Amino acid sequence: MSEQTTIAVAMSGGVDSSTVAAMLAQEGKTVVGLTLQLWDQTRLAGRHGIPDAPKAGRCCSLDDVYDARRVAEHLGIPYYVVNQEERFERDVVRPFVDEYLAGRTPIPCSLCNNHLKFDQLLQTARSIGADQIATGHYAVNEWDAKRGRWILKRPVDQAKDQTYFLFGLTQEQLAHTLFPLGRLKKPEVREVARERGLKLAEKPDSQEICFIPGGDYKQFLTAYLEEQGEQMPETAGELVASSGEVLGRHDGISGFTVGQRKGLGVSSPSPLYVLQIDPASHRVTVGADEELATRTLRARRLNWISIPELTEPMRVRVKIRHRHEPAWATLEPAGSDEVLATFDEPQRAVTPGQSAVFYDGDEVVGGGWIL
Amino acid sequence: MLRVYMDANATTPLLPEVMEAMRPYWMEQFGNASSIHIHGQQAHRAVDRAREILAEFFNCHEAEVIFNSGGTEGDNTAVFGLLREGDHFVTTSIEHSAVLQAAERMVQRRVESTFVGPQPSGQIDPEAVRRAIRPETRLISVMLANNETGVLQPMEEIGKIAAEAGVFFHIDAVQGAGKVKFDVRRYGCHLLSISAHKMHGPKGVGAMFVRRGTPIEPLLVGGSHERRRRAGTENVPGIVGLGKAVEQAMESLEDGTIERVAGLRDRLEAGILELPGTRVNGGWDGDKRVPRTANTTNISFEQLEGEALVIALDLKGVAVSGGSACHSGSTEPSHVLMAMGLDKNAARASLRFSLMKTATGADVDYALKVVPEAVERLRALSPVAAGTLG
Repeated sequence: MSEQTTIAVAMSGGVDSSTVAAMLAQEGKTVVGLTLQLWDQTRLAGRHGIPDAPKAGRCCSLDDVYDARRVAEHLGIPYYVVNQEERFERDVVRPFVDEYLAGRTPIPCSLCNNHLKFDQLLQTARSIGADQIATGHYAVNEWDAKRGRWILKRPVDQAKDQTYFLFGLTQEQLAHTLFPLGRLKKPEVREVARERGLKLAEKPDSQEICFIPGGDYKQFLTAYLEEQGEQMPETAGELVASSGEVLGRHDGISGFTVGQRKGLGVSSPSPLYVLQIDPASHRVTVGADEELATRTLRARRLNWISIPELTEPMRVRVKIRHRHEPAWATLEPAGSDEVLATFDEPQRAVTPGQSAVFYDGDEVVGGGWIL
Repeated sequence: MLRVYMDANATTPLLPEVMEAMRPYWMEQFGNASSIHIHGQQAHRAVDRAREILAEFFNCHEAEVIFNSGGTEGDNTAVFGLLREGDHFVTTSIEHSAVLQAAERMVQRRVESTFVGPQPSGQIDPEAVRRAIRPETRLISVMLANNETGVLQPMEEIGKIAAEAGVFFHIDAVQGAGKVKFDVRRYGCHLLSISAHKMHGPKGVGAMFVRRGTPIEPLLVGGSHERRRRAGTENVPGIVGLGKAVEQAMESLEDGTIERVAGLRDRLEAGILELPGTRVNGGWDGDKRVPRTANTTNISFEQLEGEALVIALDLKGVAVSGGSACHSGSTEPSHVLMAMGLDKNAARASLRFSLMKTATGADVDYALKVVPEAVERLRALSPVAAGTLG
């Protein structure tokens, strides 16, 4: 047997990762398909209006595992499902719940990428004798000999750019990861899938948070806490205007997100938006659209990719949520493991719990979690 | 790549003799055993011949043999076919899911079940079975050999207890059949189930001993097949294959094959136990050996992910298994090992090696080369293990 390097492909049962497996197998690489079983979609079924039968097209649904397995069979590569439900719950679901309960708006996909899709997957890959992993993310990673660093860059298909969710990748992880789709556009990926005879070439993209059937996070929080035998913490409080005037009361801070307009339960001549959620006093401050704009943000739990560390102010563009056009800002260190970004133009709805990712052109400089 | 199959408790390949015996019954002698004409008679004769072999194997009368689709059907038939509303059922927590999930379903019919736990050795204490019996108890079901540890259960003692209490007794002999000699009269059981594919026969066929006069309700109705105890056109090639496999198994029980396999298993086990942080699950009660099937050993590898080790070994050509497969195909920690007192992590870190009766010394040599390499690689990657194990 030749000692060729073995590549473990993270297969979700979707078009992207299936195409990655097909491309690498076609190139004659030794490929092993892996699916991380992260969440039992039937676990909370029947609680609080969560449907009994999970819909297809979500990560870890039986249909997706079936699809992934069918692709592996079609390609003639070994395929395994690895149970990581406990780690997913510990590192993604529980923090997700806790963030909402603390009045912040979490992004589970970034946590999942950091902890499961890369850290755990790479560990699993190595333990089964593979040296590299490949995923269906739209991103480019390159070794830059001059800087002596692995660089993460935005993909050719900017509409599918997933670098926002990948800012937590370490140099070690980047060095062992392949993103074969980074230089393709989505229609080209579907074309490759068709050429390779993959029956799921037309399968729609998944959109929602994979472990929340139906997409209703409030319902999920209630059902999850009930299952855990925990009480939903009492966080009802006042709804106040930015002037301090009390406008009414709300049932709990976990129902709010900065920038939210609907469901505030107060009437006003002009539209009101959530400006701030104070987890200590349970006070939710609302105000006009223009009051949502802020000029600065602070971020912590940083990870740097194109630079070893931020030591002096740097001009970057900052992306503060998935569908946000990165905005010019000056980034400067602000104490240990914390940065301050000052935007050229005020930005709307900077939301605690989301991540801020810093770009220099197409390169990801690094990122952190918004305070 | 060399491939070594050490997952015989999952399934086994047909022996060439079995394949040959089955061959005429697909195309030439294709008749329906219920038909009057010569084609039907040929099929009937083949089924009868197999029944004769099974009767010898079980030590029962031919009329007490029912052919069915395998172990799951046998287990389900015992539970669904005997228990009625208000009855009580005694079984163990280490049974196959075909018994455990059948018991769960019986809750709807107001049948209560008691699941007797094993001792740390993996053996069921017959006295614990006795204590579980109530006036309403109608059925006891215990497996002959556990699929994960190979530990043999005290059938004769439990049979006596069942007889004293006047309770029906079913034995799930799927894992024991062909590995240990058995005898339904000695065990005093009313029902016993086996499956062909665990003993080098075809998949999808099995048989059941049903002692005369045992009032089982058939699971399937729609014909007078198998004396109205199991409807459905007989799977003639499958039944012929089962008969041949059983014939071969009876030979193996006499000709030293079992002892040879035990020797290979012992060498494999001893070789793996040289690795630090390993131990055998089941098989030892203090320093006393508990009887096991000759082909099985279940080993814990401290601080390892069993699931990753199974995959790593597969990619090197050694096929073994970890816990039980869950819905998606990943594995859940074994309910058997947890019932024996292992915690979740230890149960997860356990692998089952089960040898075929055709296993060779070269198979064991290869496994003993590959397993330590894979274990060392995994341990080197595990942050927990580093430093605690040499």
